[in-house]
Amino acid sequence: MPNMSKYKTPVPEQNPEVRARNFEEVTLGYTEELALAEAARCLNCPSKPCVSGCPVGVRIPEFIKKITEQDYAGAYEIIHSTNALPAVCGRVCPQERQCESRCVRAKNGEAVGIGRLERFIADLHQDKDQHDAIIKKTDSNHHKIAVVGGGPAGLTCAGDLAKLGYEVTIFEAFHVAGGVLMYGIPEFRLPKAIVQQEIENLKSLGVTILTNMVVGKVFSIDELIEQGFEAVFIGSGAGLPRFMGIEGEALVGVCSANEYLTRINLMKGYREDYDTPVLQSKSVAVVGGGNVAMDGARSALRMGAEHVYIIYRRSELEMPARKEEIHHAKEEGVEFLTLQNPVKILGDENGRVSGIVCQKMELGEPDASGRRSPVPIENSEYELPVDTVIMAIGTSPNPLIRTTTQGLEANQRGCLLVNESMMTTKQGVYAGGDAVTGAATVILAMGAGKSAAKSIHEYIQKKGK
Amino acid sequence: MFQIVKKRILNPSVTWMEVTAPHIARKVRAGQFIIFRVDEHGERVPLTVADSNPDAGTITLIFQIVGCSTMKLNALQEGDSILDLVGPLGLPTELPEAAKKICVIGGGVGCAIAYPQAKMFHKAGLDVDVIAGFRSKEIVILEEEFKQNCSELILCTDNGSYGRKGFVTNALQDRIDAGISYDTVIAIGPILMMKSVCELTKKYQIPTIVSLDPIMVDGTGMCGGCRVTVGGKIRYACVEGPDFDGHQVDFDELIRRNGVFREREKECRMMQLADNKS
Ligand SMILES: Cc1cc2nc3c(=O)[nH]c(=O)nc-3n(C[C@H](O)[C@H](O)[C@H](O)COP(=O)(O)OP(=O)(O)OC[C@H]3O[C@@H](n4cnc5c(N)ncnc54)[C@H](O)[C@@H]3O)c2cc1C
Ligand SMILES: Cc1cc2nc3c(=O)[nH]c(=O)nc-3n(C[C@H](O)[C@H](O)[C@H](O)COP(=O)(O)OP(=O)(O)OC[C@H]3O[C@@H](n4cnc5c(N)ncnc54)[C@H](O)[C@@H]3O)c2cc1C
Ligand code: FES
Repeated sequence: MPNMSKYKTPVPEQNPEVRARNFEEVTLGYTEELALAEAARCLNCPSKPCVSGCPVGVRIPEFIKKITEQDYAGAYEIIHSTNALPAVCGRVCPQERQCESRCVRAKNGEAVGIGRLERFIADLHQDKDQHDAIIKKTDSNHHKIAVVGGGPAGLTCAGDLAKLGYEVTIFEAFHVAGGVLMYGIPEFRLPKAIVQQEIENLKSLGVTILTNMVVGKVFSIDELIEQGFEAVFIGSGAGLPRFMGIEGEALVGVCSANEYLTRINLMKGYREDYDTPVLQSKSVAVVGGGNVAMDGARSALRMGAEHVYIIYRRSELEMPARKEEIHHAKEEGVEFLTLQNPVKILGDENGRVSGIVCQKMELGEPDASGRRSPVPIENSEYELPVDTVIMAIGTSPNPLIRTTTQGLEANQRGCLLVNESMMTTKQGVYAGGDAVTGAATVILAMGAGKSAAKSIHEYIQKKGK
Repeated sequence: MFQIVKKRILNPSVTWMEVTAPHIARKVRAGQFIIFRVDEHGERVPLTVADSNPDAGTITLIFQIVGCSTMKLNALQEGDSILDLVGPLGLPTELPEAAKKICVIGGGVGCAIAYPQAKMFHKAGLDVDVIAGFRSKEIVILEEEFKQNCSELILCTDNGSYGRKGFVTNALQDRIDAGISYDTVIAIGPILMMKSVCELTKKYQIPTIVSLDPIMVDGTGMCGGCRVTVGGKIRYACVEGPDFDGHQVDFDELIRRNGVFREREKECRMMQLADNKS
């Protein structure tokens, strides 16, 4: 008997006032009872519109049906067969723009909470033994593949290749793998223990992870090939922060969101028992309207700031952040200053930030991205007193690999060029994720890693003949 | 894990370590650095690779014990291991174009960074003079090493307890006054020292290269924490440096930016002191 409620079964969350001051996870996840109630909302439509909205094609109605049958291991097996990082995706995918946007139930009410159900199943199998009992290691086919970068693209590619029997080695620049999942997305949204557990699961599939390896510096791509890797996948992300180029960006108290979040997440600067220093702020302006900006703002609150402002040059409607993040940020007390653009950062006599000058904007004609473009309103500048400015206005791919590898071509924005099978302009070298698309999403990076794995498999098979 | 195979105390606040890091040893060139993290709770801190031995698979680090992380590193003994070590990072030092006679100036522990550069220039057949400045005789380091890798070594101490009395800039002025003309000056040391050297060399229009040491996190260009202003433009020291044209560097800005975490660093240092005692 389907549950015909128009609304998603609510998910327990930490109280906004409390959670705005701690780093524990905001959303607590479904209990079994809640998951069963929500699973019963799925109508199991034969046309499965939701699946076509998923970049990795998770067989959504099938796994939900398993939940209704209380066969949780079966549900996990279905999800895991196409998605190697379900505990991550259940938490950070923009479901409202993907699977859930196509759900029939959304036509009259809210979509089925697919992300929440995915998380429920993944969390049940966080325990390594539970995982290993269901997902088995494949025998080696003795072909060596190198993966550069241990973000979602690299991890997925590695996992899929390992499942086919390849001996995969991931070369990761940082001291841990995970990419943005470790250094960017905060603990309160995606606990790091969960990311590491997913990575452990990959290791049990036979994937080797070498950390502290900056490819382009310690080894070039060509040297990897000389070492006997038959194909290389580049998933080095788009980690290079942009600044605005306005006056005052060199003042003490201005940093990129990458630096701020890396100090807090990767280097655990929010914990007393870690040595990493983080800016201590009372009043923080975060510039930007994406997930990165929301994470920066919500982290600043948790680090003790009294006022945190999001400054965004378009209106809330155009904000690229996940809807849930915007909603959570507001609940927690982040103040939204939309249709405003910083023009200058002010400093005191010691060279520390003392304020930011913003100009008000209005929406004009739609631009190339289809969003209405902001137009400055003359003489509308005003000064906002802040002591910290966090720039979250976008990132681009790091040129390190491109500039040290002959034959690897990129477009004007520095994104690597690939063909339809994800091969770069260099034979046997594949790429995917943010390194190819520019900053995008976890699931798109995973989708790219997946198709690259498939192409690499075909390439190696052909080569063998 | 990266094992410490040899450790020497060069002076009470400067330590020399030879560390196993075969991949880095094979690849590193003068001017490049590594970033280390002593243990799970540690910061990521940059240090120049002072020397390397590709056959033995080791690199040499020379560091001044100034704060929490260098105290922690110094607490490790031969046989112990450093948790993380990544490199080689940064661009290698380039031979200054068409230079024949150059002067390498090191101040304090900056000599550790200047040493591999002097050695490389000397090996490349340039006529290299070295001016090495220290506060006093007890803290002089690398004297022998420099002697073997330059035409002339001028040591100076602030208090005159060894070598020429005075600052490195006084020694450089002597040389200029004596009619010696340098094609290029390389200055590495405390920011104020580099700034003074640059003020002097600018007067005589001697091209000057400095090695900057802003605060870093990743060392690969993804945080922007290491940005410095050179010739009015933002440059990332970890990927575009650490060497820059000294006459273009905004040193005052660098001094301010390096002070950003001073309070927290002090706390950490005190805690580490307490830890080391107990
Ligand atoms: C703060 C923040 C919040 C976000 N929130 C969301 C969200 O809620 N939902 C969502 O879907 N997306 C979100 N994103 C975007 C998403 O995280 C990225 O699109 C995704 O991680 C891209 O995956 P990737 O594997 O291509 O690259 P990355 O995750 O960037 O991983 C690249 C990896 O390669 C390594 N690397 C780089 N260069 C080298 C080299 N030369 N040698 C070796 N290793 C190298 C890096 O250290 C890194 O580990 C967010 C991004 C940020 C920054
Ligand atoms: C590319 C590069 C190469 C370097 N090579 C060497 C080297 O070979 N040997 C060596 O001894 N040091 C070197 N340094 C400097 C070294 O990284 C810093 O001294 C580091 O901050 C020490 O960390 P700490 O935790 O011990 O001290 P911290 O707690 O970080 O700082 C202690 C004190 O030093 C000041 N300080 C912070 N950062 C710096 C800095 N970058 N320079 C000077 N003072 C600073 C602080 O304000 C504080 O008062 C290098 C730096 C860079 C960027
Ligand atoms: S240290 Fe992060 S960009 Fe240079």
